[in-house]
Amino acid sequence: MAFYVVQFLTGLASAASLFLVASGLSIIFGVTRIVNFAHGAFYMIGAYIAFTLTERLSGAFGFWGSIVLAALAVALIGVLVEMVLLRRIYHAPELFQLLATFGLTLMVEDLVVLIWGPDDLVGRRAPGFKGAVDFFGQNIPSYDLFLIVLGPVVLGVLWLLFQRTRWGVLVRAATQDRDMVAALGVNQKWLFTSVFAVGVFLAALGGALQIPRDAVHHAMDLRIIVEVFVVVVIGGLGSIVGAFVAAVLVSELNAFGILIFPKISIILVFLVMAVVLIVRPWGLFGKPEAAARKTPGLTVNPWRPLTSNERLASLAALVVAAMLPLFAGNYALTVGSEIAIFVIFAVSLHFLMSVGGLASFGHAAYFGLGAYGVAFLAKMAGLPMIVCLLLGPLLGCMGAAVFGFFAVQLSGVYFAMLTLAFAQIVWSIAFQWVSVTGGDNGILGVWPSSWAASPSHFYWLALGVAALVTIALRAMVFSPFGYALRSTRDSLLRSEAIGINAKRIQWTAFVIAGTTAGIGGALFAYLKGSVFPDNLGISLSVDALVMVLLGGVETVSGAVIGAIVYKALNIWLVSQTDLSKLVLGGFIVLIVVVFPKGIVGMLEMLAQRRRKSSPPGSPLLAKPIESAE
Amino acid sequence: MSVAPPLLAVEGLTKSYGGIHAVRGVSFSLRAGEILALIGPNGAGKSTCFDMLNGQNKPDTGHVRLLGEEITGRKPREVWRLGVGRTFQITATFATMTVRENVQVALISHGKQLFNPFGSAPKFDRGEAGRLLELVGMGGYADRPCGELAYGDLKRLELAVALANRPKLLLMDEPTAGMAPRERVDLMRLTAQIAREKSIGVLFTEHDMDVVFEHADRILVLNRGTLIAEGSPAEVRGNPQVQAVYLGEGLVYDARHREGASA
Repeated sequence: MAFYVVQFLTGLASAASLFLVASGLSIIFGVTRIVNFAHGAFYMIGAYIAFTLTERLSGAFGFWGSIVLAALAVALIGVLVEMVLLRRIYHAPELFQLLATFGLTLMVEDLVVLIWGPDDLVGRRAPGFKGAVDFFGQNIPSYDLFLIVLGPVVLGVLWLLFQRTRWGVLVRAATQDRDMVAALGVNQKWLFTSVFAVGVFLAALGGALQIPRDAVHHAMDLRIIVEVFVVVVIGGLGSIVGAFVAAVLVSELNAFGILIFPKISIILVFLVMAVVLIVRPWGLFGKPEAAARKTPGLTVNPWRPLTSNERLASLAALVVAAMLPLFAGNYALTVGSEIAIFVIFAVSLHFLMSVGGLASFGHAAYFGLGAYGVAFLAKMAGLPMIVCLLLGPLLGCMGAAVFGFFAVQLSGVYFAMLTLAFAQIVWSIAFQWVSVTGGDNGILGVWPSSWAASPSHFYWLALGVAALVTIALRAMVFSPFGYALRSTRDSLLRSEAIGINAKRIQWTAFVIAGTTAGIGGALFAYLKGSVFPDNLGISLSVDALVMVLLGGVETVSGAVIGAIVYKALNIWLVSQTDLSKLVLGGFIVLIVVVFPKGIVGMLEMLAQRRRKSSPPGSPLLAKPIESAE
Repeated sequence: MSVAPPLLAVEGLTKSYGGIHAVRGVSFSLRAGEILALIGPNGAGKSTCFDMLNGQNKPDTGHVRLLGEEITGRKPREVWRLGVGRTFQITATFATMTVRENVQVALISHGKQLFNPFGSAPKFDRGEAGRLLELVGMGGYADRPCGELAYGDLKRLELAVALANRPKLLLMDEPTAGMAPRERVDLMRLTAQIAREKSIGVLFTEHDMDVVFEHADRILVLNRGTLIAEGSPAEVRGNPQVQAVYLGEGLVYDARHREGASA
């Protein structure tokens, strides 16, 4: 019994940090509508700076002072980030903000290694809380008890801050309707900055307070950010109390899950999140969000099919790509194959995200399922490559059919989070079901048949499939189904009012995208000769998002260019520098700020500007004149 | 001689939210080709009533029948398939598509080609889309991005979209809200003309009394969830109860007033 009580208390102690970080994220989202991916990075910097300061400053005051000082310092960094970066992109589509903060995260991951080195750092114990308390023969670290008390105290302070101060009232008002608050003459700029600073302060405090419990390391940001997303979604975006309850819930699930269901402990949390999202999409304490005032997208340029000249140009590009084996070596061809595969992956996500308006944060699940499908068929059933390639993606298709059915019941951020949860569930299964998937060791020895074994043959195979997939999906954009899908993206109300079953259309699109991603995964398994849980991990899902956004989310062909540029740059950077993440992250941030329409979007804009400089002026300008007549 | 069921028959429609009775026992009917206005002060229950007719909202009790067929509680998309077009108080259109594509989506849906991944949508029923746009006077705007249309044009586009499935009944929630006076008259004249030519029944809610009295064949007056009057424009205008709760006393809606308003 005592053991369970101690386990419960340990869970509560973990909840404190989680709550701090989650409440920060929640506050920032509530007001600025930015899903701050870099929140985990701020948490990590908080821990690192606190580590350095506690090493330098001695004594009790030194320790506690260092914790607070570290959080303040990081909050200052947050203010800088908000003013320099975020202010420029508040009006960009939601996903762009996510992309920018993701770029920041990448940069921070390399920066901390640069400054503090790659090794785990074990911090000082907290003065006054070094010992342990005996509880019926079980030891509880007294620092844990401190954290257990701290959680509710912070909750109380935040509650007072929001209920009793003028600033709090403004923040709550802005959470409900920021446009109205701005219209009432509140200086939104500083409100946003201060909210961001408070949110970042909480994240950094959470990180700093962790150092007596856990080693500080440079991957702690990703681990916490996923958990924090889960907490915030379960609790309800924008709700502090919700964040607290959900943090406790998640921490306890973690603490007891490992005892009761050791096999599925990692899945448990995501399973709970998926159930909450399906039953109460706005979270336990959240409110169903009123339809936000939609800021129109960056462009209103309707898509059109390629002209015959553009078709010829694309064909020429394909022919040039097909000639690569004539002059490139094996390494270049392997890289080429990988890029082709990621074109397939990116194009499949683009179909869901740009055409369907459903931004999946877990698209790698279907890529990875395709890869595992191939591995199972090849290794267990011993089927030949061509059969595996045809049947393997079906696993991705089935996964998409099941998860997609639930996911399309939601939209926006909640859709993104549910797809993330599903992807994590699939990842956990691959990771923990060792007897079937080999767990972390993966499945090795998935080699292509002899006809596709040489790098040039495999390259042609990958290129051919990529071209076919791209053409097929592009044709689908301009098919009746594509129009139906776009209509559900533009206006659910109108599409339902003209007889369109939006959910079923979106579900179909989800399955198409999942299957296509599975095709990419199937090829990837043969390219690498192996399959690992990473093939369906979060970072791969994020890669796909970045590729689509980089190319230009509002363009039809952006995904292809985005995949090529991102993947090529990624592979090249990794081979050139140890600081590839720093450069890549900086590149992403730069793209978002300077070319918010993505690479292709920018090219289109330039082309259009040239076209428009000649007579028939902008229809926008022509309009008032006509109606005045 | 058997009596054909009316195009739309509404019987005892009731809806309450918590303790508030938004709509109480509303009954009325609508003939093909008839233009019926539903008016009433803010909060009278017009929109609630309206939303229950095409399945946007479910009534607590009561029946909605289309040509004798029960459609109460059906989903909006099912009601549309039975021949009910609708426009919204705040226009709902596909902003990233062109004007023509907006109509084409409705035609694709009407032709049950929604799940066809192969054909060419830009070529889908182009002629019919063009005719519908001509009909509402938007022929010259077919290739404009819908997102850059003026509000009045969006309303006309919505009308074209609503006509795409050759509806028997048109539901128009404040069709002229947010439009300039000239545009209002034009749009309603157009609607009335189309309704008479194609024998479509039209039910609309409206705040602009000029529009109502000029175009409606019959008027329903809703107050606090109940119908307080029903009749021809002349009857309703003279009804003392209507004047008390809605039109106000001493106001005369005549030609002079109209001239004054549009000048």
